[in-house]
Amino acid sequence: MHRRSFLKATATSLFAMSSWAPHRASAAEAGPIRIGLLSPLTGVIAAGGRELVDGFNLYWEQIGHKAGGRAIEVVVEDDASNPNTALQKARRLVEQREVDMLVGDILANTGLAVAEYVKGNGVPYFIPVIAADDLTQRKRIPNVIRIAGYSASQSTRPLADYALKKGVRKVITVSQDYTFGHEQCGGFCQVFTEGGGSVLQQFWHPLNTPDFSPYLPQIQSLQPDAVFAMETGADGSRFIQQWANFGLKDKIQLFTSMNATDQSIIRTLGPEAEGVISAGHFCEGRDDGANKKFVADYEKAFGKLPSIYAFSHYSGAMWLAEAFKAIGGKVEDRPRFLEAVRNIKLSASPLGREVSLDKYGNPIYDIYIRKVARRPDGKLWNVPVEEYRGVSQFWKYDPEQYMKQPSYSREFQGIKKA
Amino acid sequence: MNRNALVFAAVAAALCAVPFAAPGYKTSLATEMLIFAALAMSIDVLAGYAGRTSLGHGAIFGIAAYVVLYYVTVAGGDPWVAAALGLLAATAAAIVFALLAIRTSGVYFLLITLALGMIVWGICLRWTSVTGGENGLRGSVRPAPVAGPAAFYYFVLAATASMAFAMWRFVHSPFGLTLRGIRGSESRMRTLGYDVSLHLFIGFVVSGFFAGAAGVLYAFFNSFASPATVALAQSVAALLMVLVGGVGTLVGSFVGSVAIISLENFVSFHTERWPLVLGLVFIVTMIFAPEGLVGRARLILARQTPQVRKP
Repeated sequence: MHRRSFLKATATSLFAMSSWAPHRASAAEAGPIRIGLLSPLTGVIAAGGRELVDGFNLYWEQIGHKAGGRAIEVVVEDDASNPNTALQKARRLVEQREVDMLVGDILANTGLAVAEYVKGNGVPYFIPVIAADDLTQRKRIPNVIRIAGYSASQSTRPLADYALKKGVRKVITVSQDYTFGHEQCGGFCQVFTEGGGSVLQQFWHPLNTPDFSPYLPQIQSLQPDAVFAMETGADGSRFIQQWANFGLKDKIQLFTSMNATDQSIIRTLGPEAEGVISAGHFCEGRDDGANKKFVADYEKAFGKLPSIYAFSHYSGAMWLAEAFKAIGGKVEDRPRFLEAVRNIKLSASPLGREVSLDKYGNPIYDIYIRKVARRPDGKLWNVPVEEYRGVSQFWKYDPEQYMKQPSYSREFQGIKKA
Repeated sequence: MNRNALVFAAVAAALCAVPFAAPGYKTSLATEMLIFAALAMSIDVLAGYAGRTSLGHGAIFGIAAYVVLYYVTVAGGDPWVAAALGLLAATAAAIVFALLAIRTSGVYFLLITLALGMIVWGICLRWTSVTGGENGLRGSVRPAPVAGPAAFYYFVLAATASMAFAMWRFVHSPFGLTLRGIRGSESRMRTLGYDVSLHLFIGFVVSGFFAGAAGVLYAFFNSFASPATVALAQSVAALLMVLVGGVGTLVGSFVGSVAIISLENFVSFHTERWPLVLGLVFIVTMIFAPEGLVGRARLILARQTPQVRKP
């Protein structure tokens, strides 16, 4: 190669490189922030999946699809309520649609599958609904953060405390037989028995149990002070209906998981649901500025009261928007972005008072003891009867100490023997 | 023959070029297509040649996947040993299935394999301490030498190609001919002195072995198994691939797998009502090409090319 042409070629390539690199960076930042939203739009929990998308999009619409100086683009994919599909869709969102982060999923198994996938490639994954305790405890993954979500045993511990305060001493638990149920019951039973109560019996039934008559007479004959029922989906409405049909409604106090008296269930129920008590961080009947506004906006847009799925993803979107603002929209810098998400102190959100994450990536917030009541226009909703401030996923335990005990399972429920 | 060789070379070249021509997500999609093609082919061995349509192969496939994941993530073993154990477990399951199912044919065979598959699904769902219940088993189980997406694609390609060749040899062997004989007339084969039950048993176990091999690949690919992996939907999906591609053609399973997986991905891109579109495609295929895409293509080709009689 001639000297002259060599110089020319070097100069040209250097110039090309120097002009290329910054050009590329600025182009990337000018483009929209792409959020991959995974939701079960088909399959067993399709109704919840629709509300998840509605809630998430509602917030972006309200702020004009813009945050941190960049446009926001939400790419929705159906996970079909199936972990294999969820995994496939997550792969596609990341590898083909080149999203900057993943958000969503409802069923624990779909969320766990996606979490395993992002563990390998570091893509930020936010889980406003996936409640599996260990995702923010023993098996936490740094890029999986539970913004605006809750861990399964977090909300049932205050419920157990409330029950004790009301003089309940003997309970029976009825629960769907899977991790979410084991963890919710575990949280309840541990606090309840440590506070002096006793668990007479625990019933575990498969998901989608059409008939609770094998359990209800047994419950009646054991004469507990109260029953804690952990039910999601159609099992929730069936349980509450059959509970009333068996005439147990006014005899034994019924406590349930927040999912069992979620709007997605009680909007189809009648008087049988009234008076059921549950605990959760969302309470649609709570008279608080941001919460009231969210409920009103959602009802106006979709003609129904919001469910936990809509609420969590609306608040989750809010959380993300705050983080985008904090870093000027530079989500490509993943460590900084994740740091920003972890450090957000979210105020004026439907979550209530200022909310922040603990150092394990799970939010600390107020839990409301809620009671199903009738709104003046006749619709059922949850109203607060008591408030537990600043509840963390570790309740009053020391985190490191707590994590030494095994994860809740059918075999381990944290029950303290009297 | 020359033309066939040319087509074969072109397909082989195209398959080898995938990681270069379509890196990233499309390569992983192609990997998935190959794995499901292997599963569909294993079903076709029974359905197309022995006339026994199984709805239990998804379960056999899933058992292998579960065993691989359990051995690597829970027991902390070596992935290659896990693969061998997975194959062993799948074959054992196939033996049990075969013993119960081979006495029947037609819709009864369909139902008994369906029931057996449901039992496996139930066990995976309820035996929480081993299978992880609803949450399934997760963890990186892919052997280190083939961890990269391109390397893994070639690994799956090589495995599927050798399985395809083995299955092709199997169904075209004299033994394979007896299976076809059984499909044609069980009683006639019996009067000719063949042990029909034994032949069906061997056919089922061989087919189950290949379904298990596909399951091992799937575990490596997905790093995850849950009750959905062994569920009826899995068996049905693979069977639909066979039907769309063409029963009794083996190569049809490839076509069906490519067609269905790409359709699934393409349609769900545009509408959330993708299961509806998929359903319509199946119906249209059944009405206008009941012999499947490959079967149809063969018919059309046979009509167009004048038959040259060999001397």
